[in-house]
Amino acid sequence: MKQTGNHTLTLEARGLECIRDDRVLFSELAFRLEPGQALLLEGRNGSGKTSLLRILCGIRLPDAGSVTWCGSDINRLGPDYHEHTAYVGHRDGIKLDLTPLENLAMARALGKPNETTLEAVLEQVDLYGFEDVLTRNLSAGQKRRLALARLLVTDTVLWILDEPFTSLDVHGIQVVEQLLEQHTARGGMLAVTSHHPVNFKHTTVQRIDLSA
Amino acid sequence: MKSDSLTRAFALLLKRDLTLAVRHRAEMINPLLFFILVTSLFPLGIGADPRLLQAVGPGVIWVAALLAALLSLEGIFRSDFEDGTLEQLLLSSHPVSVLVLAKVLAHWLITGLPLLLVSPLLGVLLGLPAAAIQILLLTLVLGTPVLSLLGAVGVALTVGLRKGGMILSLLVLPLYVPLLIFAANAVDTAAAGLPVTAHLSLISALLVLALSLSPLATAAALRISLS
Repeated sequence: MKQTGNHTLTLEARGLECIRDDRVLFSELAFRLEPGQALLLEGRNGSGKTSLLRILCGIRLPDAGSVTWCGSDINRLGPDYHEHTAYVGHRDGIKLDLTPLENLAMARALGKPNETTLEAVLEQVDLYGFEDVLTRNLSAGQKRRLALARLLVTDTVLWILDEPFTSLDVHGIQVVEQLLEQHTARGGMLAVTSHHPVNFKHTTVQRIDLSA
Repeated sequence: MKSDSLTRAFALLLKRDLTLAVRHRAEMINPLLFFILVTSLFPLGIGADPRLLQAVGPGVIWVAALLAALLSLEGIFRSDFEDGTLEQLLLSSHPVSVLVLAKVLAHWLITGLPLLLVSPLLGVLLGLPAAAIQILLLTLVLGTPVLSLLGAVGVALTVGLRKGGMILSLLVLPLYVPLLIFAANAVDTAAAGLPVTAHLSLISALLVLALSLSPLATAAALRISLS
């Protein structure tokens, strides 16, 4: 992949503040993320983990501070930033009345496509054989795996994941943990929230506890 | 290369929305059925006097088309908002306004085009002269895309609200009024045998204006709704 060995990419946050319903969720938050690193967000329910991830995506604007990608503000970069990022929120972002293949084809067309075939991607998340079943008829865990499969159909550096392990079984969790480690090993970046303890073996992990 | 993949995304999104519409046939037929029912109930309600029907016909058909469009507007973004695919559109590496245009085009093909196809029949039902039916069709060809385009802005603004339906009508209907006035008047004028070039030019101008500005406004409104 192109980004391997490229150490000029950075995601940097400075003085971030998020206010929701007159409550300050976090303020003066700063971090710097480089290729091969993972950012793990921890904290109680309602401590602002999802809000922070949405700020990092550029969906939500921070109440103060800025997020920069390679030195430029992400909201000014717009699509030029989004082509490097993939987001899986707590809503799966897949259409229940489309088949897994149709869903992945759409996800691929919205970003910068990579070379893997969609069938190979489905096999990676153990959904091969379900490609023509309506997504509505899949189980919650299978839907979640399909949502995560969206990460694999485009060529992106920064993966922003909100509770990726929700509804996954032990095997599913292992598969996804492996995918995440492969991504950082290739020089990718991760920003993850998770209630499930994530076991990274080879990845530098920065932890931010938002309830502190 | 970049415009190539944009064309592909546009085509795929259009195809996706049409596929979804075919898989939800009942929702697709609803506005059309409403349009036909409202128009065909009028002769029963106000009597079958041909002169009276000819006089109110153009207005009735256009009002029914407008309300049918309003009925279907929520569908443009509501389900995408609920399942999170709308976020994915905003986070795409393509300009959001172009993707919005694909969704609006799909909405027009699903709800506007069927109205267009049955309207000559309803024109005959209300006893409109042939010249007026021709102009009616022409105003609908130019006007129904405007309904979808302007409606998309309203839906984009209200999609984040839990009960946005009422606000949506209040927001969008005033924007529809100029179109309604010019279109219904064009058909009336044509029925009286007078030229309607001025009306058609004005409606075309509305279409061009909506086509060029509303995707940008819709994209901006979606950003506000989702943040």
